[in-house]
Amino acid sequence: MPQMKEGFKAGLAFTIPTLALGASFGVLAEPVMGATAAILMSIFVFAGAAQFGSVTVLAAGGGVASAVSAGLLINGRFLPMGLAMAPALRGGPVRRAAEAQAMVDASWALAQRGDGFNREMMLGATIPQAACWWAGTAIGALGGSLIGDPRALGLDAMFPAFYLALLVYEMDLRVTGTSALLGAAIALCLVPIAPPGIPVVAASAAALLGLRQR
Amino acid sequence: MTATWVTIGLLTVGTVAIKAVGPVVLGGRDLPPRLNGVVARLAPALLAALVVVETFGRGHELAVDESAIGLLAAAAALAARLPMVVVVLIAAVVTAVLRAL
Repeated sequence: MPQMKEGFKAGLAFTIPTLALGASFGVLAEPVMGATAAILMSIFVFAGAAQFGSVTVLAAGGGVASAVSAGLLINGRFLPMGLAMAPALRGGPVRRAAEAQAMVDASWALAQRGDGFNREMMLGATIPQAACWWAGTAIGALGGSLIGDPRALGLDAMFPAFYLALLVYEMDLRVTGTSALLGAAIALCLVPIAPPGIPVVAASAAALLGLRQR
Repeated sequence: MTATWVTIGLLTVGTVAIKAVGPVVLGGRDLPPRLNGVVARLAPALLAALVVVETFGRGHELAVDESAIGLLAAAAALAARLPMVVVVLIAAVVTAVLRAL
């Protein structure tokens, strides 16, 4: 369990951005679906970007089919991410499926270590993030009037900064920098033409540069 | 209201399935060693894509607004090796101040 503790500690670094993003989600979702549904959505769906994507569709008057497909496309990145961490999980199919639910971007990225995927690290790092995501949603959904406009507070700038920090501090960019640049380029080129979510999923193709290496 | 609950239900089932499919289908088998280099590059490629899409993407449009300057400020803070929490707060504060001007 020491590595789970280490993961938990590492996950604590994400509490502020996760709380802020959860609050922004609560503020966005409350007028669309009410506070209870917003909080339950954060508990059950538990995937920030997808929740934003599908609530944005609902808020614009879109139907269930487009709201669900928007969310699922954004979650498409969890397919390659799940394949990459599969060998590290434990137990039978049910337990593996359950452990896989702890996969969120930051924990998954942190758990990528030079010597392979660290399952305990991911599970530990997700605990504080889950608590903050749920608490943040509740704060935003119930106290939205106190927060005001999340954009005016710059809350939307926190997550890109947070992903950039993970990229710079946790990744070995001397080896993987080309894939990072290529991934960003693929995503930017696809934003104008592909449905939301697809640009990020397609960016994973940049990792194929690793096939050349033995 | 029904539409909300159906959306939440379907999104929950779909997300659980997407997260589970790799680990369940592959089981405990190791990936072929020639894929090790690919796996190591997956996180940097996805993180970099998330950074640019969340900063510049607005639906189908690309836009540069105050949050791009916030991101630049964050990059400067990273270059100065400041702690992650400080980096994230700098991005928010710079963006908020620029928007208030």
